Amino acid sequence: MTAISKRAIKSKKESRLLDNENVQAILLFLLSLAIFLGFWEIGANLKWFSKGMPTASLTIKELWYWVTHPFYDNGPNDLGIGWNLLISLRRVAIGYTLASVIAVPLGILVGISRVAFKAFNPYFQLLKPVSPLAWLPLGLYIFRNSELTGIFIITIASIWPTLTNTAFGVANVDSSYLDVSKTLGASRWRTIFKVIIPAALPNIISGLRISMGISWLVIVAAEMLLGTGLGYFIWNEWNNLYIPNILVAIFIIGVVGIVLDQIFAYLEKIVSFGKS
Amino acid sequence: MSRFFSSGGNSQNGKGDKSDLVRPLVSLSNSTTNYRVNKQTVSIDPSNAQISLRHISKVFPGRKGWLNKLTGQASSDFVAIEDMSLDIEHNTFVSIIGPSGCGKSTLLNIIAGLSSATSGEVLIDGQIVDKPGSDRGMVFQNYALMPWMTVQGNIKFAVETVFPKMSEIQQKRIVKENIQLVGLTGAEKKRPHELSGGMRQRVGIARALAINPQILLMDEPFGALDALTRGFLQDEIERIWEQQRKTAIMITHSIEEALLLSDRIVMMTKGPAARIDEVLDVPFPRPRDRTAVEEHPDYLKLKKEMEDHLYRETRAVEEERIR
Ligand SMILES: Nc1ncnc2c1ncn2[C@@H]1O[C@H](COP(=O)(O)OP(=O)(O)OP(=O)(O)O)[C@@H](O)[C@H]1O
Ligand SMILES: [Mg+2]
Repeated sequence: MTAISKRAIKSKKESRLLDNENVQAILLFLLSLAIFLGFWEIGANLKWFSKGMPTASLTIKELWYWVTHPFYDNGPNDLGIGWNLLISLRRVAIGYTLASVIAVPLGILVGISRVAFKAFNPYFQLLKPVSPLAWLPLGLYIFRNSELTGIFIITIASIWPTLTNTAFGVANVDSSYLDVSKTLGASRWRTIFKVIIPAALPNIISGLRISMGISWLVIVAAEMLLGTGLGYFIWNEWNNLYIPNILVAIFIIGVVGIVLDQIFAYLEKIVSFGKS
Repeated sequence: MSRFFSSGGNSQNGKGDKSDLVRPLVSLSNSTTNYRVNKQTVSIDPSNAQISLRHISKVFPGRKGWLNKLTGQASSDFVAIEDMSLDIEHNTFVSIIGPSGCGKSTLLNIIAGLSSATSGEVLIDGQIVDKPGSDRGMVFQNYALMPWMTVQGNIKFAVETVFPKMSEIQQKRIVKENIQLVGLTGAEKKRPHELSGGMRQRVGIARALAINPQILLMDEPFGALDALTRGFLQDEIERIWEQQRKTAIMITHSIEEALLLSDRIVMMTKGPAARIDEVLDVPFPRPRDRTAVEEHPDYLKLKKEMEDHLYRETRAVEEERIR
């Protein structure tokens, strides 16, 4: 009896492991990765792709080299990928912070005041769809300095999502919270700081998250024209016509993008308080 | 007109006359036809009233202008409440009951000062009020707790807002007392989303009471709760009310709830242009409990009276909808 029931439990456990969604997903992921790398390796060896396409093994070897030797400096055209990454992150950090410091208060103002919203909305609508790179010549002309121009581009690019999300969040605060505040006779400032801003925080954070994503997208493009950073690293390797390093850089940009995004995903979770 | 009917010392017959349980109060309509005022049953001397509603009307303006006409979105003005007058004495528990959409929330929001009457005025202790104030505490149907604050934080926010000069220690004491009062001790540090609906509304009640208002306003406070929880909270309200005896105005859809808790029940007609149809006096002795109330000889009579009223008004609403 006990032996039978034990066996039943055991087989149940086994099948449960395979039934688990996450386990299935990981298996599928590993399988697809193996197929992809295998196809790449064989295809490159058999010259299915264009001439000079590196093999998967070579690319992984290069990746390993760059990851284990991130920080060296042989002049601007041969700089460790770690340094380039830090340069890009620094530009993003400064430009993005600047954008947030402008966008959050402005978004709150615009969200609270219908007049301000109507007055300033035309600017937002006009400027939002412009590609950030269109500002590059203007930045170079004004600042005559690639570093400042990079920061300027990041700021311009990442201001809009935060601004519009903040304004939306503030304008759509649940009216019952405002009623509570009103029935208690709270002052306007108290209502703004204790009720409206905390209530809009989930929207503000998701705006900041989108802005961060955009900053990271834009910095790589901008740096190709600016002369250091990950974007320039790619541009430089293109000039050297060494494709494995380009693929390595793409991989690293992706990984850093995930990390940045996950930080904000975590923040979003903290401020959601059980909603969704 | 209300002066004429509600003043003049006609209240001598009011209290003792139990045979006439239905006491139309000052239910005036602006037209001169058939208002159901019976001078003998006007039982409140307005000079004693804590809350006086004088000829309150509320009109929600329709969409006008050539642009709306052009797009076919024009609508005419909507008269939600028309010429409503009511006096409420100190330490009375009043329930408002009426068909859905008749304007109960609109009326309560006007008393709370959250929205303004189109005409008429609200007097509290003889003073005209037209904005919210901490003399009135409000309990919301959807609880309206701030999700980013703990139970304690929600109540503290109210206390800090209303008594900014009070010492921290005293504020904390008030918060603690009110948490105890509603039976939430142990849940102080929880956030609203971790609580059940019944517990959330306890926080809502504690928050409203913590500012020590003279008047408690409740808009369907138990409307979102299951029957069992609802019963528990009704008992709690009865217990707390016996302790504090604050004037309370509660909107409800439940006849039993109104009979258990109230001293008077205001029955509204259907909208648009809703009026007060009748005001019932509920004579059950206090403190009350459910069984004693249900066994009271007048219970069934009052219940029937209210059922008939609600049925009549709701049927009229339905008929209008079909037409
Ligand atoms: N802001 C508004 N604009 C236009 N009409 C409104 C507005 N608010 C309420 N009304 C209308 O006024 C009437 C009364 O609404 P109210 O919410 O006071 O009813 P209620 O008696 O509380 O109903 P319920 O029992 O469903 O809560 C309704 O017909 C509603 O459509
Ligand atoms: Mg309502």
